[in-house]
Amino acid sequence: MRDIRLLSEPFNPGALIGEFTDANPGLGGVCTFVGEVRSDTGVEALELSHYEPLTLPGMEQLADRTFARFDLMGLLMVHRIGRMQPGEPIVCVSAAAKHRRAAIDAVDFCMDHLKAAAWFWKREQRDGQWHWIEPRNDDYADLARWAK
Amino acid sequence: MAVTILFLGPLRDLAGREAMEVDAPLEWAGLLEVVGADVADQLQQARVNIACAGKVLADKMALQAQDGEEVALLPPVSGG
Repeated sequence: MRDIRLLSEPFNPGALIGEFTDANPGLGGVCTFVGEVRSDTGVEALELSHYEPLTLPGMEQLADRTFARFDLMGLLMVHRIGRMQPGEPIVCVSAAAKHRRAAIDAVDFCMDHLKAAAWFWKREQRDGQWHWIEPRNDDYADLARWAK
Repeated sequence: MAVTILFLGPLRDLAGREAMEVDAPLEWAGLLEVVGADVADQLQQARVNIACAGKVLADKMALQAQDGEEVALLPPVSGG
C-alpha cells in the first residue's frame, strides 16, 4: 500500500495511520514519525512553500527509492504545505513491513530526505517577522549517512 | 511568448517579486543579467539549482529556455 500526498489543510495523523495499518494486513510492524510545529520557541506560525512541478513528483521518486532499498509492505508519506500554527502536524511518514528494522529504517530514510533534499521551503514567524529556515548542518549530516 | 522566471523560497524576497517574464530564448548568461545582482550571486553558488520546464538541470549553465517555458530558481530546501 503506497500513499504519497501533499496537503494544504490540517490533517489528523492518527486517522491516516489507522487507515494505513488496516490497508496492510499481515504486517509484522509499523513505524511512524509525525513532525509538528514546535510551540515552545516563540514561533507564531510556520509556512511551507513548494514548487508544484517538482515537489510531489520528487516525493514519488523518494518513495520509489525507499521501496527499492527496504523490504516494505507499505509506505505512507504525507507533507503539509501552506501556513500552520504551533502544534499542527507538518509531516507524517509511516512504513509497514514484515520485520521492524525495515520499517524503522525506511521512516528514518524518508525523513532525512524530506528535511534536506525535497522541494520545500520553510519560513517561520516570530514577533510578526518572517524568517527563512535553512537545514541545519546536522540535517545534511543525517542525509549523508544514506549515501554510503 | 516569453520565458517566465520564478523565484522560489528566500530568492523571492531577494528579488522583491515572485516572477518575471523575459524574451525567449533564455540562456545562463542572459538569466544572470535579468535577475539582478543579488539573485545572480546566489545563482552562481552550487547549492542553488535551476529547473527548466519542470526538470532540474544537471548543469545549470547549460540552460536553454524556449518560448512558453518556465525557469524556476531553487535555493536550498528545508522541509519536514
